[in-house]
Amino acid sequence: MILLAEFESPKVEYATISPLLIVVGAAILGVLVEAFVPRAWRYPVQVGVAALGLLIALADTVRVGLALDTLDAGLLARGSLAVENSMVVDGPTVFLWGTLLVMSLISVLLFAERRLEGGLTSFAGQAAALPGTDAEREASTRGIEHTEVFPLLLFAVTGMLLFPASNDLLLMFVALEVLSLPLYLLCGLARRRRLLSQEAAMKYFLLGAFSSAFFLYGVALIYGFAGSFELADIDAAVSASSGANAYLLGGIGLMAVGLLFKVGAAPFHAWTPDVYQGAPTAVTAFMAACTKIAAFGALMRVFYVAFGGASWDWRPLMWVVAILTMVVGSVIAITQTDVKRMLAYSSIAHAGFVLVGFAGVYAGTGDVVGVTSVSSVLFYLAAYGFSTIGAFAIITLVRDAGGETTALSRWAGLGREAPVLAGTFAFFLLAFAGIPLTSGFIGKWAVFAAAWAGGAWPLVVVAVVMSAVAAFFYVRVIVAMFFSDPVDIKPAVAVPSILTTGVITVTALATVALGVVPGPVLDLAQQAGAFVR
Amino acid sequence: MSPLALSGTPLASGEAGVPVVPTAVDGVFSLLWLVVALPALGALVLLVGGRRTDRWGHLLGCAMPIGSFLLALVMFVQLLGRDHEDRQVAQTLWTWLDVGDYTVQMGLLFDPLSALFVLLITGVGSLIHIYSVGYMAHDDRRRRFFGYLNLFVTAMLVLVLADDYLAVFLGWEGVGLASYLLIGFWAHKDSAATAANKAFVVNRVGDLGMSLAVMLMVATFGTSSFVGVSAGMPETSEAVATVLGLLLLLAACGKSAQVPLQSWLLDAMEGPTPVSALIHAATMVTAGVYLVVRSNFVYELAPVAQTAVVIVGLVTLLVGAVIGCAKDDIKKALAGSTMSQIGYMMLAAGIGPAGYAFAIFHLLTHGFFKANMFLGAGSVMHATNDDVDMRHYGALRKAAPITFATFAFGYLAIIGFPGFSGFFSKDHIIEAAFGENWVYGVGALLGAGITAFYMTRVMLMTFFGERRWRPDVHPHESPAVMTTPLVVLAAGSLVGGVLILGDWIVEWLEPVVGPEEHHELFVPAIVLTGLIVLTVLAGVAVAWSRYGPSQTIADTAPTRVSAATRAARADLYGDALNEAVFMRPGQKLTAALVYVDDVLIDGTVNALAALVGGTSGTARRLQTGFVRSYALTMLGGALLAIAATLAVTLS
Repeated sequence: MILLAEFESPKVEYATISPLLIVVGAAILGVLVEAFVPRAWRYPVQVGVAALGLLIALADTVRVGLALDTLDAGLLARGSLAVENSMVVDGPTVFLWGTLLVMSLISVLLFAERRLEGGLTSFAGQAAALPGTDAEREASTRGIEHTEVFPLLLFAVTGMLLFPASNDLLLMFVALEVLSLPLYLLCGLARRRRLLSQEAAMKYFLLGAFSSAFFLYGVALIYGFAGSFELADIDAAVSASSGANAYLLGGIGLMAVGLLFKVGAAPFHAWTPDVYQGAPTAVTAFMAACTKIAAFGALMRVFYVAFGGASWDWRPLMWVVAILTMVVGSVIAITQTDVKRMLAYSSIAHAGFVLVGFAGVYAGTGDVVGVTSVSSVLFYLAAYGFSTIGAFAIITLVRDAGGETTALSRWAGLGREAPVLAGTFAFFLLAFAGIPLTSGFIGKWAVFAAAWAGGAWPLVVVAVVMSAVAAFFYVRVIVAMFFSDPVDIKPAVAVPSILTTGVITVTALATVALGVVPGPVLDLAQQAGAFVR
Repeated sequence: MSPLALSGTPLASGEAGVPVVPTAVDGVFSLLWLVVALPALGALVLLVGGRRTDRWGHLLGCAMPIGSFLLALVMFVQLLGRDHEDRQVAQTLWTWLDVGDYTVQMGLLFDPLSALFVLLITGVGSLIHIYSVGYMAHDDRRRRFFGYLNLFVTAMLVLVLADDYLAVFLGWEGVGLASYLLIGFWAHKDSAATAANKAFVVNRVGDLGMSLAVMLMVATFGTSSFVGVSAGMPETSEAVATVLGLLLLLAACGKSAQVPLQSWLLDAMEGPTPVSALIHAATMVTAGVYLVVRSNFVYELAPVAQTAVVIVGLVTLLVGAVIGCAKDDIKKALAGSTMSQIGYMMLAAGIGPAGYAFAIFHLLTHGFFKANMFLGAGSVMHATNDDVDMRHYGALRKAAPITFATFAFGYLAIIGFPGFSGFFSKDHIIEAAFGENWVYGVGALLGAGITAFYMTRVMLMTFFGERRWRPDVHPHESPAVMTTPLVVLAAGSLVGGVLILGDWIVEWLEPVVGPEEHHELFVPAIVLTGLIVLTVLAGVAVAWSRYGPSQTIADTAPTRVSAATRAARADLYGDALNEAVFMRPGQKLTAALVYVDDVLIDGTVNALAALVGGTSGTARRLQTGFVRSYALTMLGGALLAIAATLAVTLS
């Protein structure tokens, strides 16, 4: 009951949420660049704006992280609510922000790669021109490119930063849309195989809109139950309610659908292979790493903070989804004949492994703390993000006359053609498979340990078995590359500029480092502590 | 606070195994890290250095394990000079994981057990490296081969020196990877690529046991270090100990090719012969025995798991021996024999304090005589244009006299000819088996008889009888670089038995596995020894009567044979049995891949795989590409999700 006379302007903690503002500022600057800078200059300026914006935001995130308030309540919960309680900047938020910004910075380098397409980016020259028309050819010969991809990426990053930092379901929905819409567009912008790319974008959009509707309806039901959008209020209402409430349970189920769609969990995963395959590979890399990070952050925040009191109601659901996701991802990946699709199913399987850590709901008890669910998931996401971007970056390099060659049969004998490249790819695959001394091993170990400590040991047994199955199809690719005879028409391995080379080097080094000395990052994830309510 | 909710009363600490209580490194022991680092450096230089290192790569590859061996020898002598209590030294390298209260130090533990292993790995490993210089001389990828060998030695040293189960797991996976690379080294042969995959997959099944065991340790004790687990074991329940023991046994079965995970070892013979000698005879496949002996503090509290170890060992020693009887491929006959001998070690390890020391004793002597025979087989193949079929050999003793003489030493050792190393080690195991239970004893005795039979068969078919050489084969003795290691290993096969003089090895291992328990036998030990020798002689006699110089050996294997022979030739239907025994979904799914993936892997097809392969294919068809069907799936999923949530609570 706020009377107009009492209206106060909302209090915004600019110093706390500044990383977000920097990114959105850079995105808007990018739009202005598009409007005012001559075409010839746009590419370098846009790349500069995007990279610099993300870099400054990253530095700022570090500052925010160091300045987090320490709350004495609970386990290591640090941070505070912001912007009239609609946002929360706490340990997990800062960790996720840092990870997201690093990953998007790496993605910008992939977006900016120009040597592979003869001096142009791998995005469509003129998206409006129909595929196969004169207009398209003309755009191509005149060397036109869409530098709008950089501001689009920044807008998506804005949504991703906001998504896990929302303390209010309405804001979370807005964030969901802000992160999704630019991605839909980006998916349709491939320079080669444009119809496939546009089809992917269309599918992603339709299904994304469909899942958003579920999410929104879930939000409405929850509002009906709790009378508030704020997570802390919902938590209070959950704790206060006795017995089962259909509004609450329905809301939980529907919101779960919306969030599980974004992480690519079965049975809401059907879009993943088509979209991963059709989208420009740089976008796929960005999506595979960043969307998953943001969506898991939001999933944990909603389910741990708002629905934590009802966790015994949603745990069975999450157990089933986790098992289904691991099985679907691992088993169907076996029959894939396309490297990008195989990695898409692998990403589904990995979503399942992360869900194992999530569904363990272990926050540490009494004297033995160990790895908590939150810290293990955070670490896993960081580890997986690096390897994924690296793997997709390598895919951009294996090409023939028609662009990238992703058919697995064409990769046969690649180990002889390009031993270093194939060796690096094999290394990423071993990381996905969770072989020790790679980040994947520590990540898997952390989520499984957290789930086991949380009592979800049957889930862990399934996960360990499934990771053995998953190892199988990764090895299949290694076998194809190193142990099979090359096909007649060999794909060429393109020599990229420093940008892609840099991305592959950095991600490979990160994958080694997180496997050999995971201490510092695990420590950071552990320091991130629990969510602030 | 075990989440397994396994209850039960803690066992009295009197029955517990020996806790691990190391002291910090000092003096020469502070160089312990170098033992691992040297071969690691070698692998790095050889694999990263590329073609630049082709010319001297093999020399560097040999120098590194030799360096490690010398270093380990100095430490071993130092350790000998110490008192019993001070014979466990630990070195912490860096903190691998540090999460809350749970810390994993990357640390090394040098104690009597790991000292013997390090000497075996680097000693036999060095000899095999030297031998490979000659064996791989004509392979233009020799440098890469040495890189992989060094990688293997590194991983194997990590496995036996690590002081934490998680770090053991690191070495465990590392040797698996190196083994995979080396089995598939000649990937131009389809069979080699398939065998490499099979080894990888079967080992993954074993690794499941290892990962789950580590999880359970962390959940139960909050640590996975030897120190922590051995200290915590007496306070835990028997149920936890049993589960841990069985999980570790599963891991051991995978790595040591024990029934039911034995099938990969026979196929692994596709790798170059030095690999078979080093990895699939002397070192890696004994890792399971190491794990069981190392985990004595677990098994001492888990009698059920101990019995399981004994049964696995007993079954494998017989299965391996029977398979060895039916193989015409010399390497596969030896591989069957390896399974069988490791079965002896597992049997001894499962018996407990009465057997631990003898398991390790047999492991060491086996390391010598089996590496000796594998390298001998390699030398024979070198002489016969890489033919492995013993039916194409015959009368090679004159063409390759040194190979013959050294092989004979290995042969006499493995059948347990009095005076040779295998005689002592096998004799003690059979004695210990009889002391435990007469069924175990009879099984082990029978195994000794069959061993004598098939090894005599190998010996006769290869070196005696008439020439059955292929027309273009002109057998010759191998160069000195290959025969020298053979001579050294042959000497080891002869004198390895000195380790038991004055019960030295039993006392040496006491700080790790506790004092030996001696069971009274129903007859004097000398009578039992006589019985063993008689059984062995019977086996030799049967083989002599069928494969002796006066017998004609058919050029191709006879096809009209008994069902038993057919079964033995088919590895006792190991592959089929594997699928039937392991009904786990993982096993089915892995088999499915082999089926589905016939483009890249010519896999073994079986009914089960076909079934699951079909499932996978059907599942793929669900991915129609129509957005409407995807949306329908989502809707269905959403309805199920909500229905499930409501049903769980409202019911």
